[in-house]
Amino acid sequence: MSAPLQRRLLTLTANERLGAYRVLRAVDPGPPPRAGQFAMLAAAERWGGGEDERPLLARAFSYARWQEGEAHFLLEDVGPGTHRLCELGAGNGLWLLGPLGRGFELPPERRRALLVGGGVGIAPLAIWQDALDEATVLLGFRDAAHAHGAGLCRDALLATDDGSHGHHGRVTDLLEAELDADAHAVVYSCGPPPMLEAVRAICAVRDVPAQLALEAGMACGFGACFGCVVPTRSGYARLCVDGPVLDAAELERVECHPASAPAASGTRTAGTVR
Amino acid sequence: MPSRERSRRERHAYGGNGPLSVDFCGLTLAHPVINGSGTFDAIAARRVFGAALDERFPFAAFVSKTITLQPRAGNPPPRLWEAPAGLVNSIGLPNKGLQRYLAEDLPELARLPAPLIVNVMGSSAAELEALASACSARAEISAIELNVSCPNVKTGLDIGADPRELGRVVASVRPAAGTKPLIVKLTPNCADVSACAAAAQAGGADAVSLINTLRAYAPAPPARAGHPSPGPWLGGGSGGLSGPAVRAVALAQVAAVAARVSIPVIGMGGIQTAADARRFLELGATLVAVGTASFSDPLIGARIAAELAGRGHRVSGNATPF
Repeated sequence: MSAPLQRRLLTLTANERLGAYRVLRAVDPGPPPRAGQFAMLAAAERWGGGEDERPLLARAFSYARWQEGEAHFLLEDVGPGTHRLCELGAGNGLWLLGPLGRGFELPPERRRALLVGGGVGIAPLAIWQDALDEATVLLGFRDAAHAHGAGLCRDALLATDDGSHGHHGRVTDLLEAELDADAHAVVYSCGPPPMLEAVRAICAVRDVPAQLALEAGMACGFGACFGCVVPTRSGYARLCVDGPVLDAAELERVECHPASAPAASGTRTAGTVR
Repeated sequence: MPSRERSRRERHAYGGNGPLSVDFCGLTLAHPVINGSGTFDAIAARRVFGAALDERFPFAAFVSKTITLQPRAGNPPPRLWEAPAGLVNSIGLPNKGLQRYLAEDLPELARLPAPLIVNVMGSSAAELEALASACSARAEISAIELNVSCPNVKTGLDIGADPRELGRVVASVRPAAGTKPLIVKLTPNCADVSACAAAAQAGGADAVSLINTLRAYAPAPPARAGHPSPGPWLGGGSGGLSGPAVRAVALAQVAAVAARVSIPVIGMGGIQTAADARRFLELGATLVAVGTASFSDPLIGARIAAELAGRGHRVSGNATPF
């Protein structure tokens, strides 16, 4: 289904704390997104003119949930754009352009769905879990405050860097254990680039298909700016129109820019355009 | 072409007797708002937005991204940096090359309800001549825009930054463009943009467009606060600045150029509202172009045009100006 050629002004119904994150909810006439799709968001008031005269551009976020005409987004305050959005309260206006991009594809019959998320990148896995009959969900966070984000999903197995919740270590340890037990699976993953690269490599070695939701600095979300490219086996792909979900087989590897600050996956605008 | 599409196209391209109808180099445009080259991909937008893109096309003419003779992959990422009130980009002119553009993209772009202006870049007069010549042979193309913000392969100087070199290049390309209007996209990264505009006119340009992006640098964030930046953020090293941050510079350059030349001027640089567009038109621009503002709102061109015509509401803060 096409996205409306018009950003729409939504009214926020809630901005709820979820540990280190916020969940923004807004009344959305739709069209409803497919899991893995994203929207470009901007505050209706005071967008721009903040610290360093930013933000200017809208910010990209995966839909975390879409229920009964309400869109949910998971945010972490990591830059001027996310900071402004995290300030909004019920009744405030929110510009939305979307739904945009290519989402997740259903697993072939009899393969189980393994959802692997890290940090704010768990957002598209929540809406994907809603759409699937059954899924195993593995989530990784850096500490206890962030681990509260797991509340977005149901029955998730956790890993934390500081050992405060679940497995003391990486979520990819949990993934390897799951695949050791039963590799007849499709892996769906979103998270910081180093985590996605680890997921890609683990799945490649075991010949397990994987669909990865990637992120990149993004100015428009509809193919105009050519800013959000990632290298694939067939050249650069624009994540906004060719992704953000890519088949792992299309990638030689998931690029991790050494200069990029700690990832804020799920907001596809991590890195420079926060 | 289906009759519904044909009638729509004719209304826009030839039936321009509305309140904002503009004659531009012999083309009748429905209004004075177009897009800056490289800021809108109509083919991708049609995939994303469907038939609405053609039904509510936001621009009075469509300017393609830059086409080169050979395919270009573009610069390695990262390609974007949000600057204070602006955007630094280092995209690197990715395109499929002239032959595949003409074979694959041109039929798609010909279906748009607006005349097509093709932007081309070459690193020598000979390359530009070849590009202009190929475009001049195609009925789907209404005008040709030269991107001269490119170093000459022999001298290393930007063709568009040196008035004498620019005049020579335009004079050699002009015959290759045949009967098509030839627009020269001026670079702001020069000592005297009005001298460059005058040289373009003397070389036979039918119009000039400005400003292109301002050369800009984006330092990568330090690993920790207080530490030195590890170097450039952008994969291409340096980039070009656009957005509201450049508007005052653009107004100055458009004013200087419009005062110097007698050919039409396309003004652009940080236009976000109809009020911004009016400033450029008042200074002598015949058309205005939007670029960075389209990234936040794909319909901004149509909103500005509607507001210039006295229809619709203010651009900001309104969900439904139509």
